[in-house]
Amino acid sequence: MAVIQVQRKSLTLAERVYLPQIFGGMMTTLKHLLRPAETMEYPEQRPAIPPGYRGVPTLVKDPNGREKCVSCQLCEFVCPPKAIRITPGSIPAGAPNEQVEKAPQAFDIDMLRCIYCGLCEEVCPEEAIFLQNQYSMSGYSRAEMVNHKDRLYELGGTLPDKHFKWDVKKSAEESGNDRH
Amino acid sequence: MADLFFGLPSAVQALLKGLAVILVIFPIAAACSMAERKVSAWIQGRPGPNRALPPFLAWIPGIGILQRLGVFHLAADGAKFVFKEEPLPDHVHKFYYTLAPVVAMVPAFTTVTVVPFGAYLVDGAVIPLTLANVDVGILAVFAVSSLGIYSLILAGWASNSKYPFLGGVRASAQLISYELSMTLSVLPVFLWVNAPGSSGSLSLARVVEFQSGTGLGWGSAWFVFTMPVSALIFAIALFAETNRQPFDMPESESDLVGGFHTEYGAFKWSLFFVAEYANMIVGSAVFALLFLGGWNPLPGLPLASLLEGLRHATGSELWLRPLAAGLISIAIFLAKILATLFVFMWVRWTVPRFRYDQVMKIGWQKLLPLSIANLIAYTIGIYFLQS
Repeated sequence: MAVIQVQRKSLTLAERVYLPQIFGGMMTTLKHLLRPAETMEYPEQRPAIPPGYRGVPTLVKDPNGREKCVSCQLCEFVCPPKAIRITPGSIPAGAPNEQVEKAPQAFDIDMLRCIYCGLCEEVCPEEAIFLQNQYSMSGYSRAEMVNHKDRLYELGGTLPDKHFKWDVKKSAEESGNDRH
Repeated sequence: MADLFFGLPSAVQALLKGLAVILVIFPIAAACSMAERKVSAWIQGRPGPNRALPPFLAWIPGIGILQRLGVFHLAADGAKFVFKEEPLPDHVHKFYYTLAPVVAMVPAFTTVTVVPFGAYLVDGAVIPLTLANVDVGILAVFAVSSLGIYSLILAGWASNSKYPFLGGVRASAQLISYELSMTLSVLPVFLWVNAPGSSGSLSLARVVEFQSGTGLGWGSAWFVFTMPVSALIFAIALFAETNRQPFDMPESESDLVGGFHTEYGAFKWSLFFVAEYANMIVGSAVFALLFLGGWNPLPGLPLASLLEGLRHATGSELWLRPLAAGLISIAIFLAKILATLFVFMWVRWTVPRFRYDQVMKIGWQKLLPLSIANLIAYTIGIYFLQS
């Protein structure tokens, strides 16, 4: 590699006098002064949320209105800050979704602990928990900052389902094609 | 009404006039702090304070504009400063500590008395509107405004802690350094105004009179065009004298916490800032009078010609009445002051603070020789022009 000698330039007269530089700077700030504000007026204007955003974790239902969570508690065990607490429950015999067997009795996510890492969403075998668009959580007490099951479903809503795996299982059982 | 006013004893008249001027200066000085916040916000691409609105005023149509301009934030800030707890730290010299903000206010408002802020016509002659039309004019401004520095030194010393002390020391050194070039820079103006043989005067109104020529040409040009170097030095020294960026050495938040006002809070603190803005207003007023033609609307178009033109255009004698002429001239003069104040803020949010040694170097090694050279050059030039 050839050594390239770089000339260190001394300051020009205009730079040493400094005043032209100040006027140049003032022109720049004037341009910014006349430009519309870059900021958003938050509560009225909201930013567009990009797809894949990791907001508040929520529970979702499938298009048939079935709650997808089967209270396997994988999310509870993977959760690094231990924000999730699930009390498992069973689905009584004779219910329309009897074959699912389990559903959470209680599902609490403590949003004061949650770090929005998304591991719960990643680990969920039922695609029941999703980090969705809501980004602002506020409350007046610690108790208010814990999202209970009904609130989680309210936030989550319904997401499309590709598999309907429990319906497939049920029809397989009924046609005597049960692989399990 | 006018008869009643002129029938009062002159002391009461002077008191009323003084109160009127303070009642104008104080709100403008306070409003400057909001203007500062808004200008900084706009320069930084933010909308600035724009939320506060007392609910009982919300019904007034069009009040949203005032809300967007942050006017009610200003009211809230003012109220906050009055009702906040007044901290009085244990380690301060209580008497001088309390005295310092008062000392800051006094010169700031005293200089206003000798600054003419408008004019009216009596039989074609221009009578300046001023509280005290004294012949020493500019000398009084310089003498009294430099007293303002004592408040900074006093605050720095009485606070009895290190940062305020450094701030006070810097303030004194800086003001002494720039006072010299400031005074030297205005001398050419007064050399020009006081031609040999005529009666001498340092009155500011007289300087405006000299910038009231009609038509185009050097005779009617404002001094900013005929003496640009003087105007530049005066402007730079003015920034230093009013402790504005890039010369806010006494305060310099980033290296001295708050400089001289570190130990101050609440109302006392706000007094320092009203005084600083009042100083800026007076400084801008003096700059406008000396170099920007005072209350004359345009170079070559003095106030008298403007009023004559208005009279011809509308056919009404009303324009020549003292009240109308006075209001027009005050409006023109205020517009110039506000424009100058805007430049103060504009520069503040553009230029970073100088280092302390740079401030001293600019003052003593650059501005002082330049102003002396400028004075000598103009003295020789004026000698040949006027002899």
